[in-house]
Amino acid sequence: MVLRHRIGKRAVSAIACGTVALAFLLGMGAIASYLRSAEHAAGKAFEIEVFSWVPAGLLAGARGVADFSVGMGFMLDPLSAVMLFVVTFVGFWIHVYSVGYMGHEGGFQRYFTYLNLFMGAMLMLVLGNNYLVTFVGWEGVGLCSYLLIGFYYDQEFPPYAGRKAFIVNRIGDFAFIVGLFALVQNFGSLRYSEVISRVLADPAAATQPYLLGLSVAGFVALCLFVGAMGKSAQIPLYVWLPDAMAGPTPVSALIHAATMVTAGVYMVVRSNVLYQLAPGVSQFVAVIGALTAIVAATIGLAQNDIKKVLAYSTVSQLGYMFLAAGVGAYSAAIFHLGTHAFFKALLFLGSGSVIHAMSGEQDMRSMGGLKAHLPTTYRTFLIATIAIAGIPPLAGFFSKDEILAGAFEGGHYILWTVGLLTAGLTACYMFRAVLLTFYGKFRGTHEQEHHLHESPAVMTVPLIVLAVGAVVSGWLGLPGKALGNEHLNWIHHFLDPVIAKLPAHEAEAAAEHGMSVGLEWGLMLVSVAVAIAGILIARRLWGGERGLQGDEAFAARFPAIQRTLENKYWVDEAYDRFIVRPLAALARACWKVVDVLIIDGSVHVGAFFAEITGDLGRLTTTGNVRNYALYFFGGLVLLFAWMIL
Amino acid sequence: MLQLTTTHYLILSAILFSIGLTGILVRRNMITVLMSIELVLNAVNLNFIAFSYELSNLTGQVFAVFTITVAAGEAAVGLGILIALFRLRDTTDLDSARELEG
Repeated sequence: MVLRHRIGKRAVSAIACGTVALAFLLGMGAIASYLRSAEHAAGKAFEIEVFSWVPAGLLAGARGVADFSVGMGFMLDPLSAVMLFVVTFVGFWIHVYSVGYMGHEGGFQRYFTYLNLFMGAMLMLVLGNNYLVTFVGWEGVGLCSYLLIGFYYDQEFPPYAGRKAFIVNRIGDFAFIVGLFALVQNFGSLRYSEVISRVLADPAAATQPYLLGLSVAGFVALCLFVGAMGKSAQIPLYVWLPDAMAGPTPVSALIHAATMVTAGVYMVVRSNVLYQLAPGVSQFVAVIGALTAIVAATIGLAQNDIKKVLAYSTVSQLGYMFLAAGVGAYSAAIFHLGTHAFFKALLFLGSGSVIHAMSGEQDMRSMGGLKAHLPTTYRTFLIATIAIAGIPPLAGFFSKDEILAGAFEGGHYILWTVGLLTAGLTACYMFRAVLLTFYGKFRGTHEQEHHLHESPAVMTVPLIVLAVGAVVSGWLGLPGKALGNEHLNWIHHFLDPVIAKLPAHEAEAAAEHGMSVGLEWGLMLVSVAVAIAGILIARRLWGGERGLQGDEAFAARFPAIQRTLENKYWVDEAYDRFIVRPLAALARACWKVVDVLIIDGSVHVGAFFAEITGDLGRLTTTGNVRNYALYFFGGLVLLFAWMIL
Repeated sequence: MLQLTTTHYLILSAILFSIGLTGILVRRNMITVLMSIELVLNAVNLNFIAFSYELSNLTGQVFAVFTITVAAGEAAVGLGILIALFRLRDTTDLDSARELEG
């Protein structure tokens, strides 16, 4: 940024994309070496400490934490390896895409500065070996999110959206920090390996009652989850994500789809030992996840801005991930995180391509029939949509099915039903988006029609690469049991060392490993059927030449529902009325009353008294020498009086 | 025949002191003020002498010599200031020196 005008766009692009490519290659090299190492065979991680941050003994005297120490450490284990791959791979292609997308925009260098800063913070988040380093990354990505959402700072809305994102995130971060304090107090350490080993050594201690009626594990798990609620946009802290669409589209793809918002999921999975010991909190996580998934899906059905549809879709899919984590299907959550990163990033980049072609128009009501003009964009977008709808053999089916199977297996039938319904809704609203955008007649202006063009290679190549990923990534987690070979579910086995094995749960798991092959196939067929049903409904309502008539018909039949969904259940308005305005009023009161009246006032009072004293004192300075002689004499009299009396 | 005791000296000294003090406080003419100051100092001298005789202590007289010396020096300086003021204001009115007013 400092050298902004001396480094041209070419150089900036090369540096930005080059560093991410380098990170990817180095990361893959590290993973390769890790996979061949003894640590991996033993189920341990590569760990390295770069420097000691809080040395031991610093907190001597504090209750029970005398030997607490934290280092700037990084680790590589299966979980961070998966995250590393997703972040650097998807990140790299989004950087390449950005070169094309942001080519005509101002602030090109600033954009890549922020984007690279984000990559650094995100990598710190996923590679940290203790909660504090992760938290530094956590805050860093929050900062970059703010900077990038508010990228177009000369407009009015983006900075507001950026502030909203940061503030809502902060609420979660507060809980996160409280969780960190509880961790230090109870386990004396923030290193993942130490916390996990200390909990496993004495699980009973972790289930001792602690605060708010929760056990130690439960309290920490809850605090960390509230942090995840903010970062990963779950109910009630999801409101920042749709407004975050004010940022450039590649930002939405990278930060608000593939990476930053998945940090909460990563964190919950990383702390799975605590969630396993706190079934109540895990249940809460699953319920919130499922609720978020279905509510966001319903809102997505009634949005007209293509990016808003995708934003609510992201919220909904994140809900799936938390549903998985809540029912104990941790590897399924990460699996879905990975597949989602591919197809959601692809969807966002595709929408960026569309917006680019539409000269900046984002409202689907002005689109239509674009498949003829944007063939590559259309095809990749369609692939991503089929993937997210959960149609085999594309990625979304396998990961979503893992989650639903996990819910069903754990006996959470209601959650399973909610998940299933959401899958249907997902297929429905995503195909609505496809049909309104790419099919039918063009509804825009003549000017826009003239400008329609397919995006340049620098933007379409990433789309194609991500499309391949969206197809292929699901094959890493084939449902082994159903197909007769457990080892086909590669990702489940790969992530197994990360899942803590609690003795009580081991016995349970061995006993109830009950779902028959037939039942699994049955569930898979049901979810595919629901997805296809969603697609068919969408085709019925919005397909062919019908286009917007589908929306109108729905609005005519169910006006109240349509209005509610369009207004996103008025959540933002409710927050504004019951939280933001009172707080703003409180802030204004603090300003006008406490600051101006009381604090400034007390200073003014002091000054006033000083002034009066001065005025009184001034009365004695008559300039008349004889008066001064009188004062002299008066003082003398007083002195004598005092001496005598 | 009135026997002169120390008390008489003290009373005289007090009267002289009062007259001098009144002169300092009340008189407008700078020269008169300086004369009153001399009067005060002399009254004090008388006081010292009286007590010195009564207590047969030479300290009083020694101090009186000191006082006379100081009075002389102070009169010289005072007259110097007076002349400077007179040259500035062309009057011996003490009230004309109002620079410190306000």
